[in-house]
Amino acid sequence: MKKRNRAEHYDRLTHPLVRENGELRRATWEEALDRAAAGFRRNVAAHGPDTFAMLSCARSTNEMNYVGQKFTRVVMGTNNVDSCNRTCHAPSVAGLSAAFGSGGGTSSYQEVEDADVIIMWGSAARNAHPIFFQHVLKGIRKGARMFAVDPRRTGTAEWADRWLGLNVGTDIPLAHAVAREIIHAGLHNTVFIERATEGFAEFAASVEPWTLSVAEQVTGVPAAAIRELAHTYAQADRAQLCWTLGITEHHNATDNVRALINLALLTGHVGRYGSGLSPLRGQNNVQGGGDMGAIPNRLPGFQDILDPEVRARFEAAWQTPIQPRYGRNLTEMLEGMAEGEVTTCYLIGENPVQSEADSLSCIKRLSMLDHLVVQDIFLTKTAQMADVVLPAGAAWCESDGTFTNSERRVQRVRKALVPPGEARDDIWILCELARRLGHDWQYESAEEVWNEVRGLSPAHAGMSYQRLADLQGIQWPCPSEDSLEPPFLHGRLWETDPAKRGRLAPFAVLEHSPPVDLLDEEYPLRLTTGRRLDSYNTGVQSSGFASPLRRGENIELSPEDAARLGVTAGEEVRISSRRGTVVAPVYIDPALRPGLVFMTMHFPDEVDTNALTIEATCPIAGTAEFKAAAVRIDRLVTAKAG
Amino acid sequence: MTVPLRPPRRLIEITVDGEAVRVPEGDTILDACAAAGKDIPTLCYGDTLTPKNACRVCVVEVEGARTLAPACSRKAEAGMVVGTATERAKHSRKVVLELLASSVDLSTTPRAAEWIDEYGADPARFGPDAATVAQPAKVDNELYVRDYAKCILCYKCVDACGDQWQNSFAIAVSGRGFDATISTEFDAPLTDSACVYCGNCVEVCPTGALSFKTEFDMREAGTWNEDEQTQTTTICSYCGVGCNLTLHVQENQIVKVTSPHDNPVTHGNLCIKGRFGFQHVQNVGASTDG
Repeated sequence: MKKRNRAEHYDRLTHPLVRENGELRRATWEEALDRAAAGFRRNVAAHGPDTFAMLSCARSTNEMNYVGQKFTRVVMGTNNVDSCNRTCHAPSVAGLSAAFGSGGGTSSYQEVEDADVIIMWGSAARNAHPIFFQHVLKGIRKGARMFAVDPRRTGTAEWADRWLGLNVGTDIPLAHAVAREIIHAGLHNTVFIERATEGFAEFAASVEPWTLSVAEQVTGVPAAAIRELAHTYAQADRAQLCWTLGITEHHNATDNVRALINLALLTGHVGRYGSGLSPLRGQNNVQGGGDMGAIPNRLPGFQDILDPEVRARFEAAWQTPIQPRYGRNLTEMLEGMAEGEVTTCYLIGENPVQSEADSLSCIKRLSMLDHLVVQDIFLTKTAQMADVVLPAGAAWCESDGTFTNSERRVQRVRKALVPPGEARDDIWILCELARRLGHDWQYESAEEVWNEVRGLSPAHAGMSYQRLADLQGIQWPCPSEDSLEPPFLHGRLWETDPAKRGRLAPFAVLEHSPPVDLLDEEYPLRLTTGRRLDSYNTGVQSSGFASPLRRGENIELSPEDAARLGVTAGEEVRISSRRGTVVAPVYIDPALRPGLVFMTMHFPDEVDTNALTIEATCPIAGTAEFKAAAVRIDRLVTAKAG
Repeated sequence: MTVPLRPPRRLIEITVDGEAVRVPEGDTILDACAAAGKDIPTLCYGDTLTPKNACRVCVVEVEGARTLAPACSRKAEAGMVVGTATERAKHSRKVVLELLASSVDLSTTPRAAEWIDEYGADPARFGPDAATVAQPAKVDNELYVRDYAKCILCYKCVDACGDQWQNSFAIAVSGRGFDATISTEFDAPLTDSACVYCGNCVEVCPTGALSFKTEFDMREAGTWNEDEQTQTTTICSYCGVGCNLTLHVQENQIVKVTSPHDNPVTHGNLCIKGRFGFQHVQNVGASTDG
């Protein structure tokens, strides 16, 4: 049997590199930092601060992300800072903050254990978030009913009472049909709707066409199953609605998120213990990166950049004016590179060459930059394109600081190892660059950075390092050192006093918009992408250990499709989309339905799955439609007769 | 809106070795002993698992009871009079330790040697022909090793793999009596089993029968040195769940990963990436130092 246990692994970067005559060569820190700073200075001097863009690292600490966005806003003078948040959960943040004014998941893991009904929508948590799923299993063992909504019959679905195997990209029709059924059965929570929401009438009218039978035709889910989900969810005392990238990696992802939020508003399943909305975050600190302001529209503490009072507070603290407008998000940065408006870029711990949809066009755009600085622990494909490469420490084990998880719990990260060679802490590098660009920053410790954050972000004010250690992490908001808030958000919506209730949560009126990459005779198969248990993203990290489960990249398809195409397990086939072509061996998975095929993005050096995916992005959040490409599969050799 | 609290538990009073101890109703005798500062040996007890009562090394004498009671699972009751170091309890522990130590390799069981000494156990008294579970270690993957010569059949790994935590059901007890073993289905290698390599069995194993391959290899090579190791708790970098990892580091290399059992995110459990996926940070090519 052909085994690819260990794809080519990456070695740590142990010294800085600079490009000379087209080649990267070893350099001293002094030279590399001088060059990095000079390139930024040259571009900003020539065409202004908005030619600079930073991708901050969703894998690094809150402290690094805070210093990174401060570097962008104070040293460079622009709001062009974003992270790979954009490729996964930005729609969750956008959707939740549009509805509730705050972008975090509303519940905590313990509440999942105490729920009566758990809906896992577009979430292969059993494999992608195994320890979160242990909380789900506790809930199931205590009697909770679990529904899995997913085109694939995943490991999560194996534990479900009902698996609703919908067609890719029909989440809104399904959610609308659930909503309509709840309303028609009179199971909606009228008290909550009147007290805490607005726009119900328009919403109810908008879902009216989505009868169970219409939804069955569009989604492929039997009407009885939709009805059962609707009734069970609406009648639960405590219900959790959890989702992952099956919801967010679509061209209309923010709408998908809003469609799920509508269901919670309709039934009052938010703002109470046990009832809530939980997006499961894919990267260790993607929540924290956004919380720290490493996004183009928010300052630390998720405070809106357009709010003059907020801006004034930060301008006073940082002694610098802040541009009163949103910066570019990742998608807009890439567009800006193509148009020559973004000419220099500082990438910290990001590998967009392999993580972005339509990878070839990403390479093209990065190569148009005048000056690219990459700071990473490995010489990734992206780092190989850089003018200056700065070797960093691995945040999770070589730095002190904090990460924020999917339940908004800020937890201490501690340094256990000395980084190899000359690799340095991210914050040290940022401060050295700031110093070369005229800002004499000195942070003695991560704790000093954190205390600065606490002074500026009310949601983090009460979280001293000591308290974080004593309490094994604290969930935000935590405005005071003397108290703890409930583990769920938006309890205010249940207040009887309108003043305490605050802003009402709006229903969203949404249109169904099928995947952009249409199926036709030439590209008849729907390709969706995802993770496996033992691997992670572009595989730079997970290729480092010898997983017995690893079987390399495959094109996974149903037994029916395999028979129709005449392909057998292990056979290499060509997979083509309208954008690119790759070759991968066949893996036959009876959990896939005919017409649906699956690949991961874990082995881009062997099979560049993102050569196939489409860069159709969500107009609100900028996330690409990784979950729905149209492909065809061809045999490499003509089958011999007989 | 408020968070529902667990119903309050009233305190009950029991006597441990003549001393009054007050504990919340529902606590075990072991909890009460801990509150009274008594050091009771345990092997099959796991702080994240339901007691299995397999090893009997924690037995104590309860006044009025015909048999000795396992402290780890017997609930404390108001008015109970417990003796932790009576002759009967000490004798029973001694025999349990003799039976275990004569048949199983306890060389990596924390505190086993100390208890054998303390209770005057003489594992050699059954003679050189005493039955043992000696067998070669099963090394069938790069992540962890099963050395069943060290297995005392406490069932903790089976419970951690099964319905109490991981729900993978890759291992179970097979055989009966002295021939009972922990086994995959049909005794297949792990690589052909339902194992997902979360290592949650390794986390709860009390004897070192299950160990990281790194630890196993270093012990073989004689380089394993716990006195030189540091333990640092940090956060996993593989997904957004936020699992707490305790990194065991020797000479700037991660040699083992555990998770705090009282942590609200993990309760001591991890997945394959958190438990074993650390190697990437210490892959330093020889050439890059030049």
